[in-house]
Formats: sequence, C-alpha cells, structure tokens
Amino acid sequence: MSEQAHAVHAHAAPTGFIRKYIFSLDHKMIGLQYYFLALVAVFVGMFLSLLMRIHLVWPEASLPWFGHIKPEQYLTLLTMHGTIMVFFVLTTAPQSGFGNYFLPIQIGAPDMAFPTLNMLSFWTTFVSFMVMLAAFFVEGGAPLSGWTNYAPLSAIPSAGPGQGLGEDLWIISIALFSVASLMGALNFITTTLDLRARGMSLFRMPLTCWAWFVTAMLGLLAFGVLLAGGILLLLDRNLGTSFFVPGGLNINGNLSFPPGGLNPGGHPITHTGGSPLLWQHLFWFFGHPEVYIAILPGMGVASQLLSTFSRKPIFGYKAMVYAILAIGILGFLVWGHHMFMSGMSPYSAFAFSVMTMAIGVPSAIKTFNWLGTIWGGRVRFHTPMLFAIGFVSLFVSGGLSGPFLAQPVLDIPLHDTYFVVGHFHLIMGVAAIFGIFAATYYWFPKMFGRMMNETLGRIHFFVTLLGTYAVFMPMHYLGMAGHPRRYSQLTELNFLQPLMPLQKFMSIAAFITIAVQFVFVINLFWSMKKGKKAEINPWEATTLEWTVPSPPPHDNFGGVTPVVNHGPYEYSVPGAAKDYTMQTDPATVAAH
Amino acid sequence: MWTDFPLFPARAANFADKVDPLYFFLVAVTVFFSVGIFLTITVFAIKYRRSVHPQAEQIKGSLAVEATWTIIPLGIALFIFVWGAAVYYSYGAPPKNALRVYGTAKQWMWKFQHADGQREINELHVPVGQDVAVTLISQDVIHSFFVPAFRAKMDVLPNRYRTVWFRPTRTGTYHLFCAEYCGTAHSGMIGWVVVMEPADYEVWLAAGGEGSLASSGEKLFRHFGCISCHRADKGARGPDLAGLYGREVHFQDGSTRIADENYLRESILAPKAKIVAGWQPIMPVFQGQVNEEQMLELIAYIKSLNQNPLNVNPNAPVPDEEQRKRNPQVEPQVIRP
Ligand code: HEC
Ligand code: HEM
Ligand SMILES: [Cu+2]
Ligand SMILES: [Cu+2]
Repeated sequence: MSEQAHAVHAHAAPTGFIRKYIFSLDHKMIGLQYYFLALVAVFVGMFLSLLMRIHLVWPEASLPWFGHIKPEQYLTLLTMHGTIMVFFVLTTAPQSGFGNYFLPIQIGAPDMAFPTLNMLSFWTTFVSFMVMLAAFFVEGGAPLSGWTNYAPLSAIPSAGPGQGLGEDLWIISIALFSVASLMGALNFITTTLDLRARGMSLFRMPLTCWAWFVTAMLGLLAFGVLLAGGILLLLDRNLGTSFFVPGGLNINGNLSFPPGGLNPGGHPITHTGGSPLLWQHLFWFFGHPEVYIAILPGMGVASQLLSTFSRKPIFGYKAMVYAILAIGILGFLVWGHHMFMSGMSPYSAFAFSVMTMAIGVPSAIKTFNWLGTIWGGRVRFHTPMLFAIGFVSLFVSGGLSGPFLAQPVLDIPLHDTYFVVGHFHLIMGVAAIFGIFAATYYWFPKMFGRMMNETLGRIHFFVTLLGTYAVFMPMHYLGMAGHPRRYSQLTELNFLQPLMPLQKFMSIAAFITIAVQFVFVINLFWSMKKGKKAEINPWEATTLEWTVPSPPPHDNFGGVTPVVNHGPYEYSVPGAAKDYTMQTDPATVAAH
Repeated sequence: MWTDFPLFPARAANFADKVDPLYFFLVAVTVFFSVGIFLTITVFAIKYRRSVHPQAEQIKGSLAVEATWTIIPLGIALFIFVWGAAVYYSYGAPPKNALRVYGTAKQWMWKFQHADGQREINELHVPVGQDVAVTLISQDVIHSFFVPAFRAKMDVLPNRYRTVWFRPTRTGTYHLFCAEYCGTAHSGMIGWVVVMEPADYEVWLAAGGEGSLASSGEKLFRHFGCISCHRADKGARGPDLAGLYGREVHFQDGSTRIADENYLRESILAPKAKIVAGWQPIMPVFQGQVNEEQMLELIAYIKSLNQNPLNVNPNAPVPDEEQRKRNPQVEPQVIRP
C-alpha cells in the first residue's frame, strides 16, 4: 500500500462489536447500515401505502389494531409515505448504501476520503429517521401537509391535526437529513477525485462511479437549499417571522396564528409580507434535482449490468458519461415545471418548458444506448439482469409521460391529478426501486459471499414488474379523466364512482405487489445464511470489486493498491482468452 | 358498470379545442416509442440470449447511430415545445370585454360574486359563448381552481389576485375541483360550473342579489370611514379615488405603478408600504378588518368611480359649494344609486 493511502486510511481493522458494527468507520459497514435503514424505511413506507389503498376504496373498513382510517389520517399517511419513500429509501439506498460500499472499491481506494465524516453522516441520517417516525407519536400525530409541504399550509399550526409538533418534527428531520446528505456528498466527491488507484482515469471509471459522483454534486447543491428553506419555515412557525406567510390570513376565523402566539418581543404575532411562492421555489430547486439523485445511481447500475450480462461493452461509453453530466446540469434549470400553475409569466414558463424538453434528449440517448448494449450480445438472464431490463422499461414508460407535463398547456389539465402520481411513481419511485433490486441481486455475492436464490428472484421480478404496472399505469388514465390527487374521500364523490372499479383493481394489484416483497426479504436473509457459496467473480465481470474476496477485507485490497490497465467494459474482446478483461489485467491483452 | 367510464373529460370551452390535438399527438408519440422500445427489448432478449447467440458482437458504439438517435428526439422535443408554446401564447390575457366574476377561496369552499350582486357558493353560473374572466384570491392557504372540461386550472394565492379566463362552448354542468392540496377537507372543496344559454343566464342573474358589487362596496366605503378622507372636496385628507383604477400612480419615493386590482388591495391592507406623492401617511391599516369578500366589493366600488365620479358623495354630510364650483358640469341629480 502506498504511503498516501496509508495516511488516508490509518485505522486498523476494529475488533470490538461496537466499533465494527455500530460506530464503524469502514465504508462497507456504513454502506450496509444505510442499506438496512432503507430496507426498514421501505417497509414502513409500503405499509403506509397499504393503509392508503385500503382507505381509498373501502373507507368504512375497520382494520385490526388500527381501526377505521379517518380522512385526515389518510392525508397523514400520504405525507409520511411520500417523505419516507423519497428521503429514506430513494436517497438512502442507491447513493449512500451502494455508493458507500462500492465506490471506493470500484475506483481502487481502501476507504472513503473521510471515514469519520462518513460515520457521522450515517448516524445523522439515523437520528433524522427516528425524529421522522417520532412524529407519529406526538400530540396531534404526524403532519399532513404533503411531502412538498407547501406554505402557508405548512406554516400554520392550526391548519389541521399534525400541523403542530408533528410538523416541527418533520421539518427538523428533513433539516438533519439535509445536513447528513451534505456531509455524504462532500465525502463522495473528494473520494472520487482524490482516491482513484493508479491507471483509474476518470474515463476508466465504471458508469456506476460516474453516477454516484454526479449524484453527489447534485446533493451538494440541492440539499443546502432545502436546509435553508426548512430553517426559514421553522422560524416562520415558531418565531413569527414572515418568509413564507403573507399578511392577513384568515384561517377559520383566526387572524393571527398561532392564536394568541407572541413573538420574542412579547408582541402578538402578526405576519406580513411573506411569499408562499418563495417556499415553492426553494423546495423545487431542491426537489427536481432530488428526483435525479434518486434515479442516477439506478442508471449507473443498469448500464453496468446490461453490459456485464450481455457480455458486450456498453454502447457509447463517453456519450453515457456526457448524458449523465447533461442531465445533472439541466436538472438544476427546470424546477419551474412544477410551478406552471402557481402564477409565473408565460415567458418563464416557456424557458422552463424548453429546458425540460431538452432533458428528454440525454435521457433518450441513455435509453437507446442501453438497447444498443443488448444488441448483438450474448445475453444471460440472471435476476440482476432482469431487474436492469425492468429498470429500462420503467424508465421509458415513466419518462414518456414527462413531455406531457413539460407543456404548460397540457400541465393545465394534468397538474395535481393522478397523472402526476402515475408519472413520478414509475420514473422515480419504482424505476429507482428496480435499480436497488438489481444492485442487490448483483452485489449480494460480493457483500455476503453467497448467491441469492434465482427461482425466488425470478418470481419476485415478474410479479413486481406486472404488479407495479398494474398499480401505476391506470393512474395515468385517472389523471386524464380529471381525477385530482391527494383526495381522501373518493367514495363520496359522484364523479369518481365510475372510476371505482379501476381503483379497486389498483388496490388489489398493490396488495399482491406488496406481498411479493416478502419473497425478496426471505430470499435476502435466507441467502445470507444458507445461499450457495459465491466465487470471487460469479458474474465474470471486469470491475475492481470482483478482484477481491467476498466479502472484501477491511481495507478492500489487503494492503495492495491495484493498478488499472483497462476500461470498465472490455467484454468479448476479439483475440482475448476469456470473454472479459478485468480492469487490472496486464495491459498487453488489450493491445491485441 | 363501465358504461359511463369518463375516459376523457368533456370538451366544453375554447381552450379544449386548441389543446386536445396536441394532447392526442403526444399520446401517439408515447405509444409509438413505448411499443417500439418494448418490442426491441423483447426481440433482442429472444434473439441474443446466450443459448442461440453464443458469440457477442464487438460493438462499442457508432457515431452515426448515436447522432441519429440524438437528433431525432431533439427534433421531436422541439416540435412539441413549439406547438405547445404557440397554443399557450394564444391563450393570452383575458379579453377586455370579458364578463367579470370575482371569487374567494377558503378552507374548504368557493365563493363567487357577480358584478350584479349575485353570490353563490361552490357553484358558478356563466353564459355560453361569452368570454368569462374569474378573478380569484384565497383568504387562507393556496387552492387551485380546476375545471377539467374547460382545460382550465389556476392556483389561487392568498396574497395576490389572479385571473383565469375561458369561453364556454357548450351548455351543461361541469365539475369544479380544488386541485391544490389545502388541508383535511381538500377533497370536499368541489363544486359545479353551470353553463347556461345567455337568456337563461339573464333570468338567473335577475333572480337574486342584494344590489351590485359596487353598491355594496359603496356601503362599506362609508362603514369603514374611508369617505371621511377620500373625497373630491377640498377638505379631503386622502386622494380622490375617481379615475384611479388603471392610471399610473406616483409615489413619494419617486417610483410609479399602474393602479390595478392588486395595487388597490395592497394600498387598503397596508397603506404604509407605498405613500402616494403629495400625501401624508395617515391612512390606517385595514389588514384584519376588511375581509377578502369585502375587499372585492370595495375594489368594485373604486373601479366604478371611473364611470360615475360623483358617486363618491351622494350622502355626503353637507353638499359642498366649493366643489360644485370646481366641477360645475356635474349636477347632483345625475348621481345613480
Ligand atoms: C385617515 C384618512 C384615511 C382613511 C380613513 C382612509 N384613507 Fe385611504 N388614503 C389616505 C391617504 C392620506 C392616502 C395617500 C397616502 C398613502 O398612500 O398612504 C390614501 C391612499 C389610498 C389609496 C391609494 C390611492 C392612490 O391614489 O394611489 C386607496 C386605494 C385608498 N386609500 C383606499 C381607502 C379605502 C378603501 C379606505 C377605507 C377602507 C381608506 N382608504 C381609508 C387616507 C385615508
Ligand atoms: C407499494 C408501492 C406503492 C403504492 C401502492 C403507492 C401508493 C401511493 C398512493 C395511493 C399515493 C397517494 C396519491 C394521492 O392521493 O395523491 C402515493 C403518493 C406518493 N408516493 Fe407512493 N406508492 C408506492 C410506492 C412509492 C415509492 C416507491 C415511492 C418513491 C418515490 C413513492 C412516493 C410517493 C410520493 C412522493 C407520493 C406523494 C405524496 C404526497 O402527495 O405528498 N411511492 N403513493
Ligand atoms: Cu421536476
Ligand atoms: Cu384544496
């Protein structure tokens, strides 16, 4: 190991339980901690969606333990479901989980650049998650202002149950999450730039590393803004400032709020001059990049897997890199497409619209390059590959509804309807989840030294694919028919009655989809203990993690810094002895 | 069971005819690409599976192919954008002679006020074939006025008037939804838009109402004591409001602004924010006293002064000789109630 690497990674392998499994500094353990946090979160989020789907179609149903779900409880479930899914699942598993585990190994580094910071960001995320869950148990319960938390609804404690302490906890949790994400982003960027092994030039990095790197940069720019917005909202709510609250609001007859509230000077709180749209700008300046934070790592994984399992180089490696960068940059210029209805001038709307359409182009390039990668390959359909193909499919069907919403004229009928719910569930929700599944099945042998069960994997894949399409495709039709989103009492509205059979179908599909996730969990834990022992490189892949034992030793390469001689996707090189050339293979092979 | 399945909302206003072709074009593009891509994946999956295609071909990329599939999506994207932008541009601002309706949104109801004094809750009656402009404000959180059959939607903000307009093309009763999440009974904030034949509409208008908006506003103008300062006589302690609406106002700090509805609202709620040049900042703050419905009436009254300037003084305590001298052509008799 070189001097420099020693300096970076001076700590020896810890032996105590606490240093090894709890306050671990090892990026692999931290990656697993993030992964399991996300696993718990996804089950919480899924459970909430189960209750939501029950309430929507059988509002009178009385559930064991839970009883009858009241309409405002539906809105609380909705808020917490969205928040938990977006932050603690989609931001946590693909980037902080798999990124932490595999970025250092794939670039040939012994650990992240700042191991202590890494540990700190995990534990901050953990505390943030606990604070979020605590909101369920305080007086009034969890908040109900939606995951977008629009002001002034979110700023007014009297706007509903849960808008008191529960909402404050929500904001604090999100602020903590932002801090953790900022720390993580710094770590990822520094690691990628400074700790690459000899020969690992930027353009020899696997596309997964590119995706994690760009995602980290998005996080660095976006979470700071969310943090600032959250702090301002807390001030508005508790100290009587008026960043988001305009003057003279009359909430159910209350002219000042909180009713009887005093500001620090002892005067009654009277808000004046705040701008509700400011919150929307801050939120979506974070919010749009956030959807790329969720999906880019999945794109990296899909690229990696399609190439590996087609035994072919990725089609247009450089184009893929430039497309990720273009998506990252454009992603910061389109937040206004969430606000076409809120009162922007038509000219700003045109600017946001054209930028959004422009993002379609790099997205199309990626899709076609994925198809080009399979084209002419020698395709192995293992479970990870199935999920990678599923990812592409969902990315396409979710992505194609984007251009509708990017047109202000079409966004007029579609905004805030179920069309949007269908759109974002496919492209950001389920596509990203498929990325997580693909990554899990692919890297499981490396992380745990055993293989996952293929049969269970296939069952999981096919039922989940059909199930999610059955749940989320019909939502597009509901939206086109004019069904608004975030409605809690469907059975009481005449207009929605003809749509009820479809809603019931979606609920049943959701139950099946949710049920089959238990097959995944069983497979996961069973395989950890009982799975077939894995070789070092079961998929015959080329990147660095497949050169080290499974699971990798404490500092990944056993003190030997790898030297990289090849690009990441040298499959089926003509004249080579085997159909894959490891990145660390001697350089001469490539010369043929 | 599926007979009245509303696959697509009715097409009952001018914008629907403009936007629906674009809508269907996009549906066609979407279907084309999704079917195309799914077929490609399926064909590749069958043709290139390991058992039938034992040797992978060495294709690393191809500039020509990649350029093609960059330029074609770019072209389609731009085409859609230009089409959409052209339609959006054609919507334009509400026509000058549109029928004006005013409304306030609150948790969880819609209230509309017609110029002639008709008021309604969760229902909006409009005549077919005529441009209608609805000016809306919220008294609490953000709501959104959404009529799917009109392809009309607009967020209703608590601090600013916004106007949505449409021309109904078909009589009937259409859904009005609140589309912006506004709290616990959001899904109950719904109503109907009733599009009537003009003659029926006139009958409906005549059937109710407690005097026009402007006349209610006039009463408030007296009730709140505005009239003690805002008069056309010499003893006035505030500017004459006749002719104010639509005119440019000069402020003490040298800036100017056109007096639109939002300006009138601000200068009543928070008069100290901008001081009109030549006047003292003595006007009291009415925030918390004038509610949004009264505000709409006051504004309607101030606007009506543009046509009937002397309206301001019908019941003024003492008929003012001075003023009559200054303004001889206006006789007290021409005052309309
Ligand atoms: C104590 C006297 C006083 C009272 C009462 C008063 N105003 Fe005023 N108002 C003024 C003065 C002085 C100004 C000009 C200085 C300023 O901009 O504040 C003014 C300005 C205005 C303006 C802006 C005029 C312009 O030329 O731009 C409007 C509109 C207005 N008042 C409406 C009202 C209404 C409506 C009421 C009753 C609800 C009211 N005022 C009550 C004194 C008064
Ligand atoms: C089992 C799978 C899931 C089901 C059945 C499901 C169902 C739902 C339903 C019914 C709604 C409410 C729609 C409304 O009333 O407006 C919703 C909202 C939402 N879901 Fe899911 N969902 C699932 C998975 C996910 C995933 C994986 C994500 C990750 C992105 C996600 C993110 C969201 C978000 C962000 C909202 C919006 C919350 C809000 O409006 O504030 N969901 N979901
Ligand atoms: Cu966006
Ligand atoms: Cu609402």
